[in-house]
Amino acid sequence: MTLTHDMAPAGPSAAPGKLTDLFQLGLDAPICLTWELTYACNLSCVHCLSSSGRRDPRELSTAECMAVIDTLERMQVFYVNIGGGEPTVRPDFWELVDYATAHHVGVKFSTNGVKLDPAAAARLAASDYVDVQVSLDGATADVNDAVRGPGSHATAMRAMSHLAGAGFRGFKLSVVMTRQNIPQLDQFKAIADQFGAQLRLTRLRPSGRGADVWHDLHPLPEQQRLLYDWLVAHGEQVLTGDSFFHLSAYGSALPGLNLCGAGRVVCLIDPVGDVYACPFAIHSEFLAGNVRDGGGFETVWKSSPLFASLRAPDTGGACRSCGFYDSCRGGCMAAKFFTGLPLDGPDPECVQGYGSAALEAVSVAAPKPSVDHSHRKVPVTIGRRRPPSKDCEENPLAGFTA
Amino acid sequence: MRPEPFGALLYHFGTRRLSFLKNQRVLTVVRSLADHPSARAACAAAGVSEAELPAYARALATLADSQMISERTVA
Repeated sequence: MTLTHDMAPAGPSAAPGKLTDLFQLGLDAPICLTWELTYACNLSCVHCLSSSGRRDPRELSTAECMAVIDTLERMQVFYVNIGGGEPTVRPDFWELVDYATAHHVGVKFSTNGVKLDPAAAARLAASDYVDVQVSLDGATADVNDAVRGPGSHATAMRAMSHLAGAGFRGFKLSVVMTRQNIPQLDQFKAIADQFGAQLRLTRLRPSGRGADVWHDLHPLPEQQRLLYDWLVAHGEQVLTGDSFFHLSAYGSALPGLNLCGAGRVVCLIDPVGDVYACPFAIHSEFLAGNVRDGGGFETVWKSSPLFASLRAPDTGGACRSCGFYDSCRGGCMAAKFFTGLPLDGPDPECVQGYGSAALEAVSVAAPKPSVDHSHRKVPVTIGRRRPPSKDCEENPLAGFTA
Repeated sequence: MRPEPFGALLYHFGTRRLSFLKNQRVLTVVRSLADHPSARAACAAAGVSEAELPAYARALATLADSQMISERTVA
C-alpha cells in the first residue's frame, strides 16, 4: 500500500484567495500520484488498501510503464509514490526507478523492506531523486506482526538499519495508526530518530482488506484526540500525507493542504493501468479510465467525467451547517464510501461525533472492494489419494463429484 | 516549476517541499529574477506597484527560506 502527498505548503501569498479553493477545482496535472506497480506481495497485511497478494496477469509491462513515465514527464508531475503490493518484487523495479528519475519524475516508494539489502540501500543512498518509505505498523514485533504478519517487524528493522548504514538520511518510517499502536507514538519517533529517518503517520482506511478489520483497528475517539495533540506538538517534523485533515475539526489545522485531493491534485494508477480518483478507493465507482486507453493517462486526467465531477465545487451536503466544515471539509471520501456513508455527509471518524451517529443510521451493507488479489487461503487437495469407488472400477474419475 | 491556471507550483527535489505561486505576476517576477540586478527591479519590470512591494518581498523571502530561490553567486 502507499499513501499520497506529503506537501508542506510554503506558499508565498502575494494574492488573496485560499489555495485550497484553487486546488478544489483541480490542477492541469497531478502534483504527485500513487502508482501501484504490482498486486504481488510477500505479505498479507490484514488492512491492505489494495487487497494485494497475487500478481495480476494483466499488469503493465516494462515498456508500458515506461510510456506512462514519458507521459508523466510531459505533464510535469513532480513525483510518483510507488507502491503495490510490494513493488520491489517486480524484476524490472530498479530499471523503472532509474527510468523515472532520468526522465525528471521523482520517485518515492513504499516497501516492507524485503528486498532492501545493503547493496540496494547503497544504491538508494546515492540518488537525490529517490525516497523510501519503510512500512511498520507496530513499534514492537507483537503489535506489528499481528497486522503485517510474522517476521515483518524484523524485516523492516533490518531494512532500516541497511539504509542508515549506507548513509541514507531522512528516509521515511511509515506507520498506519491503529487502536493498538497509538500508545506507541513516542516509540515510533524513537525508532525513526535511531535510524536518522523521518516519521510518517497515516490514517487507517476501511479500504481493501481494511474494510474487514476497520471496526477492530480504527482509533477510539479519545485516541484520536491524543493523536491530534501529538501531531500538533510535533508540527512539521512528522509527516502525515495530509491524511488526518478530519482531525482539524478539533481546532487549529494540521500542517498540509487539509483537502481531499482525489482527482484534483492526486490519483492512483493500479498495476493493470486502471486510473482511480484516490489511492484509497480501488472500486469501480471511482474508476476514471485506463492508461491503455487511447490518449493514455493525460486524457484520463484531463477529460474523465468522474474527475470533472470531483472538481466541481462541493456543497458540503449534510456537513454544510457544521461550524467545523471549513476545517475538515467533510473528511475522507474513501472512509465514507467503504463504511456505507453518503459522500456528502460526515466522515465515519468525525471528531464532532456526527460520524458515529451516521454509522448507526446506515441500513445497507457497505460496498465491497471490486478488486481482490489476496493470497488464496484454500487448503490444497490436489494429489490426495482416494481409494477406488469399487474394487473393479478402472475409470480414475469414478465416484468423483465436482 | 510548473505553470498552473492560478500561477505556478514549485517542487524542490532536495528538500522535497512544494511551494506555490499564487498569481501570474509573482510567476513573472520569479522567472525574471536572473535577468535583473535586484528583486526590486524584477518587481518593477513586472508592473508591481510601490504599495504591493512589501507583499512581494514577503513572498520572495518565503521562497528564499525554503531554498526555492537563492542569492546568485558572483561569477
